[in-house]
Amino acid sequence: MKSKVSKLVQQLKPSGIRAFFDLVLGMKDVVSLGVGEPDFVTPWQIREAGIYSLEQGFTSYTSNKGLYKLRLSLSRFIKQHYGVEYCPDEEILITVGVSEAIDLGLRAVLEPQDKVLIPIPAFVSYGPVTELAGGIPVYIDTKKDGFKLTPKNLSRHIDKKVKAIILNYPNNPTGVSYTRKELEALKKIIVSHGIICFSDEVYGDLTYDFKHTCFSSLAHAKPLTVYLNGFSKSFAMTGWRVGYACGPKDIIAAMTKIHQYTIMCVSITSQMAAAEALAVGYPSVEEMKKEYNRRRQFVCAGLNRMGIKVQLPQGAFYVFADISLTGMKSLDFAQLLLKEEKVAVVPGTAFGENFNDYIRISYASGFEQIKEALIRMERFLARNKRRRKG
Amino acid sequence: MDEILEILENNGRATVEDIARMTKKKIQIVKDSVARYEKQGVILKYKAVINKELVKDADTSVRALIEVNITPQKDVGFERIAERIYSFNEVSSCFLVSGTYDLLLIVEGKDIQTVARFISEKLSPMENVKGVVTHFLLKKYKEDGVILKQKEENKRIAISY
Repeated sequence: MKSKVSKLVQQLKPSGIRAFFDLVLGMKDVVSLGVGEPDFVTPWQIREAGIYSLEQGFTSYTSNKGLYKLRLSLSRFIKQHYGVEYCPDEEILITVGVSEAIDLGLRAVLEPQDKVLIPIPAFVSYGPVTELAGGIPVYIDTKKDGFKLTPKNLSRHIDKKVKAIILNYPNNPTGVSYTRKELEALKKIIVSHGIICFSDEVYGDLTYDFKHTCFSSLAHAKPLTVYLNGFSKSFAMTGWRVGYACGPKDIIAAMTKIHQYTIMCVSITSQMAAAEALAVGYPSVEEMKKEYNRRRQFVCAGLNRMGIKVQLPQGAFYVFADISLTGMKSLDFAQLLLKEEKVAVVPGTAFGENFNDYIRISYASGFEQIKEALIRMERFLARNKRRRKG
Repeated sequence: MDEILEILENNGRATVEDIARMTKKKIQIVKDSVARYEKQGVILKYKAVINKELVKDADTSVRALIEVNITPQKDVGFERIAERIYSFNEVSSCFLVSGTYDLLLIVEGKDIQTVARFISEKLSPMENVKGVVTHFLLKKYKEDGVILKQKEENKRIAISY
């Protein structure tokens, strides 16, 4: 029988590693380095604020744009931390995580067949969401430049049909981030071509080696930037699903229009908790960052020692490791590692077809777990290097 | 605070090699720092946090918080009398505090009688001790930042983007 599913959705590529994920989820006692969220539970004062709001009877819709007090404190927070001013009335929209914000943003600006630049490796949703919005994703491979988008590489991919770019720094899955100077160089090109920059900075607070720069804080960038961030990663609030988009009035208004018809508003409990996070939660962010930083050093040192050469990533909680020394493809490596040592990692191909020699290792896990996983990986590598020789 | 101390305070079992890798310092440097801290008495000892409710034959099963009022002495204030009190093995913690009493003790004994005997025979009769108020602990929920519960299973799914 002919499928009733739309052609557009039918031709969306399903993630090739879905089966692998199911395999991991079906297995017990797995030591996982495959998780894309903090291993910390949301700090108690934030959880408590959510509970209290329920006790107080805050169970209604909020304004489509989100609670005013949340937008107001966000406006102040962004000004204080990144030096950019956003009007809480017209330039901020509270969304269901950054994921919704990207979807809204692309749908708000794309005409059919507009091109969207996506440096890869990239978070899984950027490409499919672009296609759903009628656009054409143009992938820019950054492998040869240490996973950093260079001005040269960027310029090469620009033509008249390019409407937007999705930047993500610190990056999932590589942890690569950009200094202010590097961003300035990219910005010059983006602004001179009038391209809209969707800047996904959800890992911004987890930048270790230098201060995170907000893309819209660069001179002349703000009118063309939609700044995207959320509470998931820095405040360990993934399940609350609260993100936000800040940008030019017309784009935020357009995004709000779609949001109002599709989502209405973010859950009020989550918004109340998020407001509390901004008010009191920042010291916990600093604490978590300190802990992640130690794990980052530990994981990289461990990988280098076992012969997997990695650079220290500057942010997020991921290492994108080259496993070509094993001669295995990323999915085979991940499956065998899971089978033989019960360690879960994410195959590089999840983040772009070109990354068959890579795996993503997440260090958002307890120290003892990371240590155990590294011991097992070392054993696995020793065995499989031997196996290859023999 | 030195990062080495922060790590050890949280995990006394972290090895010199672990710490070196976490802090990007040379192993020898970490080793020397730890030795120096031990020698200086900055690091006093390494111990485990044990949930004694789960230990069948735990020997110190009764604990009491004791508020002690004392008369300070000329020249030495509270120091000498505090020393006389905290030197008893039964006293596991001793703090000088502000407020309506002076010393706060945590006293441990194998049963109520042992603790009561310590209070009536050793503590109360002491010269300069004006009065004591004893609170026996009924249940321990959290100690030194550690919640005394069996480890909860991780609620995260094992893999995600």
